[in-house]
Amino acid sequence: MKRSFPLVFAFIVGFLVLLAEFIPHRPFSQLISTLENWFMIIAGFAILLGQISLIRVNSRIISNKEHDWQYHLAGMISFALMLIVGVLWGMREAPGILGKGEDIALWMGMKPFDYLFTYAYMPLSATVFSLLAFFIASAAYRAFIIRGFESNLLMITAVIVIIGRTSIGSMLTGWLPESWSFWHIPNLADFIMEYPNTAAQRAIMISAGLGIIGSSLRIILGIERSYLGGDK
Amino acid sequence: MKISAGLERRLIYSILFIAVALPLLIPIGWKTDISGYTQIAYDLVEHAPEGTIALISFDYDPSTMTEMQPMAEAQIEHAFKRNQRVIATALWPMGVQMAEEAFGKVLLDYPDKKYGVDYVNLGYKVGGMVTIQAMGRNLREVYPTDQGGTPYEDIPMLNEVRRLKDIGWISSLSSGTPGLKEWVMVARDAYGVPVTGGCTAISAPGFFPYVNEQRQLYGLLGGLKAASEYESLLGRIGSATTKMDAQSVAHMLILVFIAIGNVKVYVTRRRKAQ
Repeated sequence: MKRSFPLVFAFIVGFLVLLAEFIPHRPFSQLISTLENWFMIIAGFAILLGQISLIRVNSRIISNKEHDWQYHLAGMISFALMLIVGVLWGMREAPGILGKGEDIALWMGMKPFDYLFTYAYMPLSATVFSLLAFFIASAAYRAFIIRGFESNLLMITAVIVIIGRTSIGSMLTGWLPESWSFWHIPNLADFIMEYPNTAAQRAIMISAGLGIIGSSLRIILGIERSYLGGDK
Repeated sequence: MKISAGLERRLIYSILFIAVALPLLIPIGWKTDISGYTQIAYDLVEHAPEGTIALISFDYDPSTMTEMQPMAEAQIEHAFKRNQRVIATALWPMGVQMAEEAFGKVLLDYPDKKYGVDYVNLGYKVGGMVTIQAMGRNLREVYPTDQGGTPYEDIPMLNEVRRLKDIGWISSLSSGTPGLKEWVMVARDAYGVPVTGGCTAISAPGFFPYVNEQRQLYGLLGGLKAASEYESLLGRIGSATTKMDAQSVAHMLILVFIAIGNVKVYVTRRRKAQ
């Protein structure tokens, strides 16, 4: 029962959604609308579930003083801080349980949640992502080595696209006459992106699309059951 | 002189840091060519009639704001310049704040634009593609209130909007899933609303197939370069144009590092062969 009910439910819902795509009239249209609302409600609860899971996992690590527990503690304090200030005074126009927080916003320049978001979360988040540039530079130096025909081809393409995506690319070959415009580096980069890249991407997308159809059918028909949490 | 791998890495990081920082402190002002993809995206907004209600979906978070935020600011400014009205939504939780930031910046140049009349922030809604499908049927059911809790029917500009088909154009500024792909699949393919959008440079190649004869996507803003191109088309020097100098220098430096790395491997191989 524990496994068969979800399987039957998945079959009925999956089949109905599929059918509704071909018969967009009542009662299917109404049914789909209801199912969409259900999905959004369930997805909303998934966020709550994620937060509960986050608290449980981190609490266990902190209480057992596992490896690097201090970082988990910092994470939990940050989580609690944002949650508390958000609940108390809200964010931007949205009020919290203590009202719109006009007094504290007057004192801090903005609401505490917005202050933390603007001056802590935003710069930290952007900094972590921007570190990627340093790793790419280091990795390119070590790994982008010419070894054979394929790596040569990759190197030439990469150099054209990299230069073509910079302002320098426009300046380097900007002097070329109109009849030679194809060889203008940004145009060459666009050509690579528009034809060889698009052709390869389409092939990948079609394959992925077919794969999705296959896995969806497997789920609807109950062949694929890993989403139930077991391995059979 | 033999340089250890650790020192080598530190040198690369230090040089790159200086190379990126200098153009940000002292902007060079290099110009970029306008690509066809950016031009199509620009033309969609430019040719939409005055009063059009547009929807910009903020499907990114602060980690990619360096690339995405200039696009958002440029598109909002373009819409305001053309007297169009903008609805902001978000499929990513942090997109709400990104929208607020973008509006806040653009409004400095357009102080006469009023909330609820010229623009509105409907906020974040969970559900990705299913949410877009539901918006296609009834926008009010998905967003009964705006971000600040004002009921849908009390927002003047939304009186003209019942569902996605009432929107003139949609732009999804997306740095992952859910995002641009979902907007193309539902808003464009199922409901026929013109969709354009922007993404990080690294994910742009995956979206180019959608810019096709069927106009699944009206152009694409791929990364900071496209954002700076859009700023050029608007005739202003914005944050993307300034940052583009730093990106250009960084790209060229990476090419220099690749060349040095290859020379190093070549010399090592020759030594071993001897």
